[in-house]
Amino acid sequence: MPSNAPSPHHTGDDRLLEIRDLKIEGQTDGIWQPIIHGIDLDLNRGEILGLIGESGAGKSTVGLAAMGYVKPGMRFTGGSVNFDGRDLLSMPDKDQRRYRGKRIAYVAQSGQASFNPGYRLIEQTVEAALVHSVLPRDQAIARAIDLYGKLSLPEPEIIGFRYPHQVSGGQLQRAMTAMAMECQPDLIVFDEPTTALDVTTQVNVLASIRDIVQEFNTAAIYITHDLAVVAQLADRIKVLRYGREVEDAETQRMLSDPQEDYTKSLWAVRNITRTERSSDDIQLSVKNVSASYGKTVKVLKDIDIDIPKGRTVAVVGESGSGKSTLARSIIGLLPPDNGEVLFQGDALPPSIGARSKDLLRRIQLIYQSPDTALNPRQSVGEAIGRPLEFYLGLKGRAREARVAELLNLIELDESFAYRLPGELSGGQKQRICIARALAANPDLIICDEVTSALDQIVQEEILNLLIRLQEELGITYVFITHDIAVVRAIADEVIVMQMGKVVEKGSRSAVLDNPQSPYTQLLLSAVPKMDPGWLDQVLAERSK
Amino acid sequence: MRNSLIFSVARLIAVRLIFGCLALFLVSMLIFMAIELLPGDFAEAVLGRSATPETVDALRRQMGLDQPAIVRYFSWIGGAIQGDFGVSMSGFGSDTRQVADMIGPRLFNTVFLAIMAAICAVPVALSMGVLTALWRNSVFDRVASVATLIAISLPEFFVAYLLSYFIISKDMFAQSQMGLLLPDFVSQGFGWLLQLVPSFPTLAIIDDAPFWEQVWRLSLPAITLTLVSVAHMMRMTRAVLISLLSSPYIEMARLKGLSPMRVILHHALRNAWAPIATVVAFNLAYLIAGVVVVEVVFVYPGIGQLMVDAVKTRDIPVVQACALIFAAAYIVLNLIADLVAIISNPRLLYPR
Repeated sequence: MPSNAPSPHHTGDDRLLEIRDLKIEGQTDGIWQPIIHGIDLDLNRGEILGLIGESGAGKSTVGLAAMGYVKPGMRFTGGSVNFDGRDLLSMPDKDQRRYRGKRIAYVAQSGQASFNPGYRLIEQTVEAALVHSVLPRDQAIARAIDLYGKLSLPEPEIIGFRYPHQVSGGQLQRAMTAMAMECQPDLIVFDEPTTALDVTTQVNVLASIRDIVQEFNTAAIYITHDLAVVAQLADRIKVLRYGREVEDAETQRMLSDPQEDYTKSLWAVRNITRTERSSDDIQLSVKNVSASYGKTVKVLKDIDIDIPKGRTVAVVGESGSGKSTLARSIIGLLPPDNGEVLFQGDALPPSIGARSKDLLRRIQLIYQSPDTALNPRQSVGEAIGRPLEFYLGLKGRAREARVAELLNLIELDESFAYRLPGELSGGQKQRICIARALAANPDLIICDEVTSALDQIVQEEILNLLIRLQEELGITYVFITHDIAVVRAIADEVIVMQMGKVVEKGSRSAVLDNPQSPYTQLLLSAVPKMDPGWLDQVLAERSK
Repeated sequence: MRNSLIFSVARLIAVRLIFGCLALFLVSMLIFMAIELLPGDFAEAVLGRSATPETVDALRRQMGLDQPAIVRYFSWIGGAIQGDFGVSMSGFGSDTRQVADMIGPRLFNTVFLAIMAAICAVPVALSMGVLTALWRNSVFDRVASVATLIAISLPEFFVAYLLSYFIISKDMFAQSQMGLLLPDFVSQGFGWLLQLVPSFPTLAIIDDAPFWEQVWRLSLPAITLTLVSVAHMMRMTRAVLISLLSSPYIEMARLKGLSPMRVILHHALRNAWAPIATVVAFNLAYLIAGVVVVEVVFVYPGIGQLMVDAVKTRDIPVVQACALIFAAAYIVLNLIADLVAIISNPRLLYPR
């Protein structure tokens, strides 16, 4: 128990936080609409509650409400947030601020965004302690350095004197945890603290967070969309959807025996099974390709891969490993320094400008973020119709008919042709992007993280659609992703990349079930498993 | 570590200095070309229509106007670099006047007024910007927004005359034309308020008066310029701060329990210096190069008036020198704004 936090209104038991019938509204286009429809939440001292759900479920809103805070454009409309016996919602701002940072702290998703770029880490770490007069400056700094050490940051005495842009993303998440711990609060709200990190980094940050929360017996609300992550930390899990509670149970029970259909569907992608197929008919091969940005930054080093026709090849690796650059080189946006790309046996011109319209038509690309890949002022019909006209010369009636056909193919109604992207959901937009690629009748589609921005259930739908389209049309996919679950679901062959090199390639079963290269083994072991003991296992294995 | 920091800053500054000089060089060519394109001929204008071609030619030769433009350009710019802007065309024979001697005192007057206005305007604009951002959408914010919009929309000569009018009529406002138009209680109340305003001098005459006397005489033009330039700077400060207030690190600062004032002053303003410095630099340059109208209203012998007079009399060396000085003012002030942007941004100061 934190020694500096006497609780004048202690209720007698160990109850720290009691949220009752919480209602929050948000403003869209000037109209207030309910976002949270009455949520109850209890938390004891030292307990960790996992809060999971898809984006838009209201997880973050509930997490922030535990601090008596709503984002601008939202308001509390009912309920109470009792922290240590006092209702945060009914006290004036000034009194609320005495709790924030001091007794309830917050850890955000992105350290890059949530650290002020203008101050050194240590300044920001000790700020709350100084403003709330918890510690004098020199002691605050000493404690910060101590916390940096406990969170296994390298060179804890020095790292605080760097600016946020000078340290890595994983280090920033640890530093932010240290910042939250500085006043030794009773409660920390973790809002997706590892979502923006690579899987291999995520493991270490998770371990650091878990250790330090246990050491200080801090209660925590851990918000994430990844059930496997929260299973490693939480004592109890609460599932939210559309601002309502779906299910609340002890972690073990939630994993072994989920009651609600929705909870079961949360790990839906992990349920897609598809038999692996092999093929000797090579459609595209990349021969000894190296590429660089500018003259100096070498991003691809001697890449040598074959893509079989009508199959799905997954390219996996962490951010910065060169996956997307490989796609850019194949498509011709970044001509390789040396090496060549063969398409159905013939060398492709290296630069996109030198390729014929027919070659352009046959290789299409789908981007990660459907929100930015569609022109917001163009209707769906225009977006899909443009490649029809450009590549195939379809006009008027014929074009309209083909648009309707393509919409049917991606399981959307023909009336969608008249809608603008702003009226569609994320999953629908990604379907439109797929239809736009299909409009060209391509032989090969490069899918660059096409499911990363989508929720689990929508991911499953999109993957199933892609699988169906491949079976019907025989298209080849190059599927770039960092998500091993997606690879398991869709790939026939797997290529593992690290720092611009291919470290392993082979059939899905060979790479995933019997990885040879140490990096692939590390990558696979870092993927959280739906098992509360997984983190301990990984850490134990690594220390061996 | 420390040395490499100083080195990298010095390099950034050097690069910007070089670009500044390059810009000034290009501007000097533009100025020269623009003046070449002016219609009319100085020699003809001086000697009148009845002059014979021979006398005109003689005068042109005497003034070097017969040389090709490129030669004249380089002899002008070569002198300008050494501070020699040539000889004014307004004097003849033994009565020649150096351009530098004509410009010197005028430039001093203008800079003096600009500094006075800046000392008033910059702190007021920045603090009003911070307060309107802090209390955004409050009554204070709206009043400030409307007031600054009015100040931006009114031409500065109008503001200047309005202020002079109030000062002149302040002791008998109720009987003045405007006072008679307004209802009695308004004009009396306003008149009473005006009584409290000191009687600022409405003419900014320059003589050998002591320093504070000079400052006193300049108060009205300085207030006019303050009113005109505050609005722009304040609105920019407010806009920059408000756009920063939606950053995640601002939310983080709020969630640390910091007061709204500390959030703005410590966290938002820290990252707002670069755009604020740019708009301040722009306004300071305006205070030097754009105040001719205010100078005329208050009969203040500044460099703006000198330039307008020189254009009227086709005194080309003076026009060129003034234009070059104005351009230099813009370039130097923008250079300073760039430096503020570099120094306030750790990402530029401390590379990874």
